[in-house]
Amino acid sequence: MSKDKTQQTVQTTGHAWDGDLQEFNNPLPSWWLWAFYATVIFAIVYWVLYPTWPVGNTYTKGVGNDITYTTTDGKEVTSHWNTRSLLLKDLADARAEQAKYVEQLKAASYSDIAKDEEKSAFAYSMAKVLFADNCAACHQAGGNGVIGPYPNLLDDAWLWGGTFEKIEETIRNGHVGNMPGFKGQLSAREIDNLAEYVLSLSGQGSDATKAQKGKPLFSSNCAVCHGQDAKGQILMGSANLTDSIWTIVNVPAAATPEAKRAAIVNLLKTGKSRQMPAWKDRLSDTEIKILTFYVHELGGGQ
Amino acid sequence: MEPQAYQSRVPIYPRAVKGRFRTLKTAILVLAYGVYFLLPWLRWDRATGTDQAVLFDLAGRRFYVFDLVVYAQDIFWLAGLLVIFALLLFFVTGLAGRVWCGYFCFQTLWTDVFMFIERMVQGNRNARIKLASSEWSGNKVLRISVTWLLWLLVSVLTGLSFTLYWGNAPDLFIQMITAQAPFAAYATTLFLTSTTFVMAGMAREQVCTYMCPYARFQGVMFDKDTLIIAYDDERGERQNGRQKPSKGLLERDSRIEQQVGDCIDCGYCVQVCPVGIDIRNGMQYQCISCALCIDACDTIMDSIGYPRGLVRYSSEHALHHERATRLNLKNLGYASALFITIAALVWSVVTRSDLELNVRQIRQPLSVQLSDGRIQNRYEIKVNNKTSRSMRYRLTMEGLNQAELDTGHFTEFEVPSERSMKIHAKVRLDPKQVTSSRQEFIFVLTPLDTKESQSVRQSSMFYTPGENLKP
Repeated sequence: MSKDKTQQTVQTTGHAWDGDLQEFNNPLPSWWLWAFYATVIFAIVYWVLYPTWPVGNTYTKGVGNDITYTTTDGKEVTSHWNTRSLLLKDLADARAEQAKYVEQLKAASYSDIAKDEEKSAFAYSMAKVLFADNCAACHQAGGNGVIGPYPNLLDDAWLWGGTFEKIEETIRNGHVGNMPGFKGQLSAREIDNLAEYVLSLSGQGSDATKAQKGKPLFSSNCAVCHGQDAKGQILMGSANLTDSIWTIVNVPAAATPEAKRAAIVNLLKTGKSRQMPAWKDRLSDTEIKILTFYVHELGGGQ
Repeated sequence: MEPQAYQSRVPIYPRAVKGRFRTLKTAILVLAYGVYFLLPWLRWDRATGTDQAVLFDLAGRRFYVFDLVVYAQDIFWLAGLLVIFALLLFFVTGLAGRVWCGYFCFQTLWTDVFMFIERMVQGNRNARIKLASSEWSGNKVLRISVTWLLWLLVSVLTGLSFTLYWGNAPDLFIQMITAQAPFAAYATTLFLTSTTFVMAGMAREQVCTYMCPYARFQGVMFDKDTLIIAYDDERGERQNGRQKPSKGLLERDSRIEQQVGDCIDCGYCVQVCPVGIDIRNGMQYQCISCALCIDACDTIMDSIGYPRGLVRYSSEHALHHERATRLNLKNLGYASALFITIAALVWSVVTRSDLELNVRQIRQPLSVQLSDGRIQNRYEIKVNNKTSRSMRYRLTMEGLNQAELDTGHFTEFEVPSERSMKIHAKVRLDPKQVTSSRQEFIFVLTPLDTKESQSVRQSSMFYTPGENLKP
């Protein structure tokens, strides 16, 4: 393949521009030609093996390319090759692989899961997805909730109890929490005094005389749910008013004592009703167990 | 001549040659083949994992290279290695030309072996040309099919050996021959078998001429001091050109007297060339610097008693009697880049810790207030045990006064050999203890039941919301 040989075979297109400009008509190397033929053959083989040509309302399906997979409700489906079936088959395979671990969790008790590094790691990562799918819409992706409607699951306050059993019960059956409004029952001044007393319970009061006036009002109106010691009752899901956590009104964010009191006054007047839906019909027992474990871990449980 | 739409390949029938460079090339070939074909079978003593010296375990996401275990997160080493290879190629090319092509490239090595088989079965150059141009006969069919069968055997062994690097060689080999190996193993073997057969048997020098990107861009690394294989034009041609040794032109002295070149135009250098060029036409892009023409010319020069070196390793400057400077700025640049990259890679490999600690602060939300007024931050901590035995660790923290560390159900962690584990840690701190909303502190992971390993430290941040800070 010396220069001399190449020059012998090079042709021009036979046309000259501007007197002496000519275009070489270089031959293609034969390996290139054969590679081109190979792509043509590849295309024909592809047409036979895979769905290709539209024919009227349908299309050629290809031969010998069936995909069989199991759907979530246990049906066996066989289809010609297509990417959707390929995905469904991948999902079915992944479900089968996951099922091995899920089976282990199904049999395990909460303390079994907690004691076993591997089981708890799996429960944690699977629950993360379940939580994002089912719970995050209200409780937020991180579980921090929204002050007012949706409780924060990361802190150590457990309105309805923080043991594994209590958390499971809450997820399974749901809860309705109701803080009644006192607008008609108590006068505006009484509500103001009561609010000052509630603030003083967690050491945030600013007016001791007002709080003193509020104390008997608390005993007669609030203690039935929140308890005489104002520490709340799991049975009713009533909040502990003596700690730093506020789940309905954002007292810590209020800058002045007046603003703090006004926030509580508002709640005392109108009340607040919250609902945690029941999940027993929507999630399997094992899913509820895994979520329970996750929520317990989020806040540390009790 | 009629215009041709497609140019067909001009077949090349290289003639055998003996000499210094042929011996060197054969030695490199034997060494390279020895390593390539036998390495997967070499066993290696390891505490855990495979006992194969070199294994690229894709499923387990580990590469075993003797005593080094490369994990998925170390894969950037591969990038470093590739950069080193590229720089080494540039450096060597700048200094000594296409050394890679001539002596080490697998295309050259495998083509060499295929040509050797060809020569064993069909004879030397003249016999092969005769066979190719002869009518089809029993002898021709036999010789060509034996050649092809032997080529196929080498191709299959090549493909199979490559596949054996990716699985436990003895097991995989048995699986392969009993039709139980995974599809990927067969596909890889089949693919490499066919490419070996086609590239080394059929395409040959066309791979270098048309397909290889390096062959196309290596020219930019050349300068007038780069070693090339060159025909000494001055000596070979003198004023009156090359001539066959006829009467009166046999002795070198008489040739010099008549200003006739030392080249006796025997054509041996052209006949041995595996890419079919004539080195006497000067430097050509097809030349892979295999140096076989040097051996050919030296053989002839020896036999007629002329000094060697009519075709030799030289450079543009040397050929024109100019001063050659090997160490120019370009080559020094390549060398320093090469040195820096090698040093960085070696440093990275040597200083890799057997224990890896990764701390990620959970940012959604950054903090939460607890019932007693303290602030809690959460951290996802990944512990990676790269040692060959199961290890127990304890996690502690430094730099946050009176903070509480809660690692849930476990206070000590058992991480199996070559495995990793995630720990969810909570850190609680009274906001009165801090003055800044971002406080740096350190997680310390201490291996227990061992004195050799040092503890690993990783700094992180503790966040306290502004409203909880004392003004």
